[in-house]
Amino acid sequence: MPKYLLSVYGPAERNEFGDYPSKEAMLQAFEDTGAFNDRLVAEGYFVFADGLEQATTATVVDGQGDQPVFTDGPYLESKEYLGGFWVIEAPDLDVALRLAAEGSKACRGKVEVRPFQTEESFRALLET
Amino acid sequence: MTEPTAAEAITRAHRQEWARVVATLTRRFGDLDTAEEAAAEAFATAVERWPHDGVPPNPGAWLTTTATRKAIDRLRRESRRADKYREAHLVFDDDPPEPPGVVDDDRLRLIFTCCHPALSPEARIALTLRMVGGLTVTEIARAFLVQEATMGQRITRAKAKITAAHIPFRVPTAQDLPARLDSVLTVLFLVFNEGYLATGAGSDPVRHDLVAEAIRLTRLVQELVVAPLGGAGEVTGLLALMLLTEARRPARISVSGELVTLDEQDRGAWDRHLIEEGHRLVHERRAAVAAGGPAPGRYQLLAAINAVHTDARNARDTDWSQVLALYDRLVRVDPSPVVALNRAVAVAEVDGPDVALALVDRLPLEGYHAFHATRAELLRRLGRGQEARDAYDRALELAGNTAEVAYLSRRRGQLGTLNDAGRSGPAPSR
Repeated sequence: MPKYLLSVYGPAERNEFGDYPSKEAMLQAFEDTGAFNDRLVAEGYFVFADGLEQATTATVVDGQGDQPVFTDGPYLESKEYLGGFWVIEAPDLDVALRLAAEGSKACRGKVEVRPFQTEESFRALLET
Repeated sequence: MTEPTAAEAITRAHRQEWARVVATLTRRFGDLDTAEEAAAEAFATAVERWPHDGVPPNPGAWLTTTATRKAIDRLRRESRRADKYREAHLVFDDDPPEPPGVVDDDRLRLIFTCCHPALSPEARIALTLRMVGGLTVTEIARAFLVQEATMGQRITRAKAKITAAHIPFRVPTAQDLPARLDSVLTVLFLVFNEGYLATGAGSDPVRHDLVAEAIRLTRLVQELVVAPLGGAGEVTGLLALMLLTEARRPARISVSGELVTLDEQDRGAWDRHLIEEGHRLVHERRAAVAAGGPAPGRYQLLAAINAVHTDARNARDTDWSQVLALYDRLVRVDPSPVVALNRAVAVAEVDGPDVALALVDRLPLEGYHAFHATRAELLRRLGRGQEARDAYDRALELAGNTAEVAYLSRRRGQLGTLNDAGRSGPAPSR
């Protein structure tokens, strides 16, 4: 079955309540997201999901030269960064979009839906 | 008895069978790209063979069979696609019978897939015209004034997304249907509008090919959707709207290529057949709503407005209060500033240009040529010559349609001869 990455973006610097305006809002979003995750598991769509520490904690590594080069911060300069994601399995994009809409409502953020490569598309890539 | 020539038969088959062939093959092979190429090859084979071999008794079946064989040949050549499941499937399913209901269903699936909301609006339009309408990439590129390579890339990218993201080839569920059907109607309406008010300095003011294609595809959707799925009154509304608009085409552009506004059109030149059909559809919808059906959406309301205009024997007989009442309902369904602008034109007729101008001046449509053209006409009627001139200038800067530009230039030019209309009284009534 096709797999999709559902990414949620948030501000570069978080406030004391993460990406949320208040503690109540944060707790409510966590609760709703938890319930959504449980449903993904129960209905067989869930592969993996987690939230990330804020983007300022990232390190970029370039290991292509003789010595690896480390750079503080995220790879791309941006106002918004990946804050968390789901990996789901769904029969087609319509189902993935419906689940993404539910996840977006639960976590209070926009969700980007992107398909993973499949065995077939990967094989096509090898043979071009 | 006169047999149609092979060329005529191919043209007709292309019109009637293209979408069916592409749709049938897409369902069988699960891939738009394969279906499109095989359909194109089948028509190319028909062009070669029919003049010598004669036109087959059932051109549609011949084309589907030929396209299927071409697709199988292609997939076998491309080993990467011929995975075991498909190979087996193809071998056992070489020449299947085609119950007509299933085939129609496939065309509907094709339309919904091409108009999927995960595709950009431009991609939906291009893909629908290519896959359902059978227009070539060259024709679509010309219609939308973009480079052929750009249009080709747009279509290729959309097909690649459909495959990679697993956009399903099916009619949406009942829950999703209203929104998805709306997306289809938006595509058809945009194609129609682009044909009806073609933009671009070098283009004809009306692109008949696009207008005709939009009407043909809307008829197809109506035929496929309204009967089996029921209650899709907006499809009928859109078709009626297109027919009542297209009916006025013969009177809409003067011999010198200038736009003729509704109040100045020779109503005797309107196409009576299209008007009758449009009115019949509007009545049908009105009866359905009166019988307790769902409230009319924007296309049914726009069609009803056009039915009021085409009902009037001359412009003076137009029932403007009825037009305004319909716009009042439309504003509730679609509260966009463009609808408010069109409503203001009806307000000018019912309550006067000063009331209308006050409404128009509040709209955030600074970059829209029709906003300035409407203001110009209202200012002109209020005798505010200099302001009207400025508004015409702004409209002329923004207008893209050659017939509109010619009309606006003439209207502006007339103001120059209306000496001090602003001081001597209101402008002559229209």
